[in-house]
Amino acid sequence: MRQKGIAQNIDWITILLYLALVLIGWVNIYAAVYDDQHRSIFDLSQNYGRQLIFIASSILLGAVILIIDAKFFSTFAWVIYLAVLVMLLGVVFLGKEIAGARSWYQIGPFSLQPSEFAKFATALALAKYLSRIDLDISKLSTRITAAVIIFTPSVIILLQPDTGSAMVFAALVLVLFREGLSGSLLILGFVVALLFILALLVNKFILIGFLASNALLVIWLFKELRKKWIWVAGILLVAAAYVFSVDYAFENVLEAHQKTRINVLLGKESDPHGAGYNINQSKIAIGSGGFAGKGFLKGTQTKFKFVPEQSTDFIFCTVGEEWGFVGSTLVIVLMMGLMIRIIILAERQRSKFSRIYGYAVASILFFHFAVNIGMTIGLFPVIGIPLPLISYGGSSLWGFTILLFIFIRQDSVKLELL
Amino acid sequence: MNRNFSDRKYIIIILILTVGFIFTLRLFFIQVLDQSYLLSAESNATRHNTIYPHRGLIYDRNGELLVYDEAAYDLMVIPGQVEEMDTLEFCQLLNISDSTFKARLRKAKNWSTYKPSTFVAQITKEEFGFIEEKLYKYPGFFVQSRSLRKYPQPIAAHLLGYIGEVNNREIEKDAYYRSGDYIGKSGLERFYEKELRGKKGVKIVMVDVHNREQGSYRDGKYDTVAVPGETLYLSLDAGLQAYGEQLMQNKIGSVVAIDPRTGEIVAFITSPTYDPNLLVGRIRSENYSNLSQDSLKPLLNRAIMGTYPPGSTFKMVNALVGLQEGVLHDYTAYSCYGPASTPISCTHDHISPLELQEAIEQSCNPYFWNVFRSIISNPKYPTVVDAFNVWRDDVTSIGFGKKFNTDIPFEQSGNIPTAELYDKIYTADHWNALTIRSLAIGQGEILVTPLQLANLSVVIANKGFYYPPHLVSAIGTPDAKIEAFNERIKTNFDEKYFDVVQQAMLEVFEGEHGTARWAKLEGVDICGKTGTVQNPHGKDHSMFIAFAPKDDPKIALSVIVENSGYGSTWAAPIASLLIEKYLNDTISRPQVEKRILDGNLIPK
Repeated sequence: MRQKGIAQNIDWITILLYLALVLIGWVNIYAAVYDDQHRSIFDLSQNYGRQLIFIASSILLGAVILIIDAKFFSTFAWVIYLAVLVMLLGVVFLGKEIAGARSWYQIGPFSLQPSEFAKFATALALAKYLSRIDLDISKLSTRITAAVIIFTPSVIILLQPDTGSAMVFAALVLVLFREGLSGSLLILGFVVALLFILALLVNKFILIGFLASNALLVIWLFKELRKKWIWVAGILLVAAAYVFSVDYAFENVLEAHQKTRINVLLGKESDPHGAGYNINQSKIAIGSGGFAGKGFLKGTQTKFKFVPEQSTDFIFCTVGEEWGFVGSTLVIVLMMGLMIRIIILAERQRSKFSRIYGYAVASILFFHFAVNIGMTIGLFPVIGIPLPLISYGGSSLWGFTILLFIFIRQDSVKLELL
Repeated sequence: MNRNFSDRKYIIIILILTVGFIFTLRLFFIQVLDQSYLLSAESNATRHNTIYPHRGLIYDRNGELLVYDEAAYDLMVIPGQVEEMDTLEFCQLLNISDSTFKARLRKAKNWSTYKPSTFVAQITKEEFGFIEEKLYKYPGFFVQSRSLRKYPQPIAAHLLGYIGEVNNREIEKDAYYRSGDYIGKSGLERFYEKELRGKKGVKIVMVDVHNREQGSYRDGKYDTVAVPGETLYLSLDAGLQAYGEQLMQNKIGSVVAIDPRTGEIVAFITSPTYDPNLLVGRIRSENYSNLSQDSLKPLLNRAIMGTYPPGSTFKMVNALVGLQEGVLHDYTAYSCYGPASTPISCTHDHISPLELQEAIEQSCNPYFWNVFRSIISNPKYPTVVDAFNVWRDDVTSIGFGKKFNTDIPFEQSGNIPTAELYDKIYTADHWNALTIRSLAIGQGEILVTPLQLANLSVVIANKGFYYPPHLVSAIGTPDAKIEAFNERIKTNFDEKYFDVVQQAMLEVFEGEHGTARWAKLEGVDICGKTGTVQNPHGKDHSMFIAFAPKDDPKIALSVIVENSGYGSTWAAPIASLLIEKYLNDTISRPQVEKRILDGNLIPK
């Protein structure tokens, strides 16, 4: 049983989901870029021609990972993590400046985005650290170390600056939750995020007044809290300070275009030709697809370039327009299938490392999935991160392939290890 | 603490399922339930029609309209929407050749397959009616309304300037512009581009497969209105400008007239000129190349770009410097030996010795050589260079050697030589007043523009100060004056030194021997000074500066007529006629006027 070849031990369902999504991605990139002048699928001047090369090299990359000894990744987790950190730092200084950000290495005709590789490296490092036998996640020092592992790459990416990619790392908090991080911390995180949005939407003083009246209500309702009123007041004070600092951070940390996007989403600002226009065009493209879609290459909204970043961040528009509700739902189901399959596999792992890594993979995919599709259908601000395996881009596809195939490789030896 | 948290996997799976469910629900709403998106599915695409605002109007100081916009149309093309069509008929309709058609379509395609490019620009209203009827046959083509500049009077071409299509550099510099937009290229159109252009609007329309408009997109939610450009109110007097241009026809030169009380330019003439209507619309490029190849350079704005030695008009400047530095007094007398004088001879026949007022009136060269020598050899200063720098500082305080930088683009600064220049030419310590004596009579390395000369006249009229000379007095409404032009600029000269200069300039008209006595105007005290500027390339330039009335100056001007001889022959009567026109609005000396109008002084 144990000596069976790798082909019998790898999870083919995951591989098939992977291949299906990559193929759907390519078909839609072709449709998004297609025009009469460039019909050949091998046209390397076009995104779909290049994506074909990325797909072939990704499959090769996946195969190589499946051949490498599974222990390699846990053994060298820290080395890989540090190497990626160096690459991330390097790009801040040596990177090619595109649209004000240095996120890309330019090597001859190729460009490489190191932040795409930071994801699997960070997942490896986090899994390596959390899989220590004597680890106690309820300890503050453990949490701080885990946070440092997660957010160091994130902070470096912010320097490039590439806010979207930097935010992805927050998804790894889900891994900590699975490993026993108190749920109330997650709820706290949710409340913090909610207050953030409210702080931007509502007048600061009205918001604080509302919080204060809530506090009074709580004290009135729960008599046992009355003795602890000083705690309630303290929390209220912290919340008020937070509301004010959010306002400050919004004005001073975020860049103008990001502020605009958030404001447009919140309905505070109407910018019909800037951010609002993009979201609206994206919604129209998807909405005009109807139930069954307009058909392959029949999309007009996306074809006439009304939607920005057609083949990268907004690829879901083409899916929605040409394949309609049926096609969009299929993509969503496939993506969910992939994530849930990974979680099921992760739970089957005997090695703690493999399980944690699996959850990291699922969390990262989930974040991309939620934010990317959320933004194209107008539920989320426009944050430039790709739809995993579907969006155009070599670095992105390679990054996700490595991320996923390391897990498949770990899973394939789950019976060997113990 | 070895609790197994594996049941938390359900929470995470539920989280994933919830997000997926919300997405599916949302997609169901916008794709299946919401019909408004389906509506735009039926129409093939939307088109962004730019609404071009009217460019600002331009009025003269009396409310006379100088520039306005007239409707015109651009034929646009979206190459990606162009279908098989009857090219022959289309070309006939537009009066273009088949090869032009193909070339333009290729050019548009190279720029963008899906964005509109201009196919034929600036079609007039009449041509447009014809084309519009048949346009439905040609998907991919549509019409965008534009406007053309119109000039009711063919005057003031140079100062108004012209507009032209933006070039790539201008598009890069300012994101407002798109290929095919117009921008002010020269004159006021250029300087006040931001005010005149207004703000473009956009109307997003839905079009069907035949490229017919299907109505506004999302009820115009994303449309913006065009904001017309602001109106400019010029200080220019259109009547005076037209009269001046008439007087200057068949002559090369320029006239700049300024209201000394405000710095407002009331006439700004350069000759030869052209009809501004020539540089508008489709005829523009052909006319432009004709004008630019003309040997008389009608496109050159001589009033600000022509630089001349000031000649005898500069004697007043040297007189003022001498008075101010205390080396010259009203009563200072020098001898003149006529043509035998050294180092500069005198061309005028007059008494000797003579005092300052007579010297200005008679334009005595030896007198001003003595004045200049006493300035440069002033024992108050240790070296010649120090004395020279004082002279230079006084001269530039009048505005010479620098740009006024108000609202006139492409202004030249002229040249007032520096001590460094002479050090370079003669080496340090090897030059003195004698070496640079030409400056005494406004010749040599010194160059001034007609605008600067007019400003000299303003300074003398005002007895020591001026306002920055400018063309636009208000923007938006006639009362919205431009503050920056209201600043009074002091020269280095005290008021008291101007009396003798003004009196001398009055004598130029009134005096028995005055050089412009025959151009005098009954009833108005005109102060003036002739200049006859030596010119290595031909006949002398005739030059004149003047202001009037002496005790309450309302107009100060400079006149230059190239290659026409003495200042008194041509420039002085032109100045006199313009002053009469401006102050009295009638001409009492038809014979003088006729002589000027008939004079053809263009070198053969």
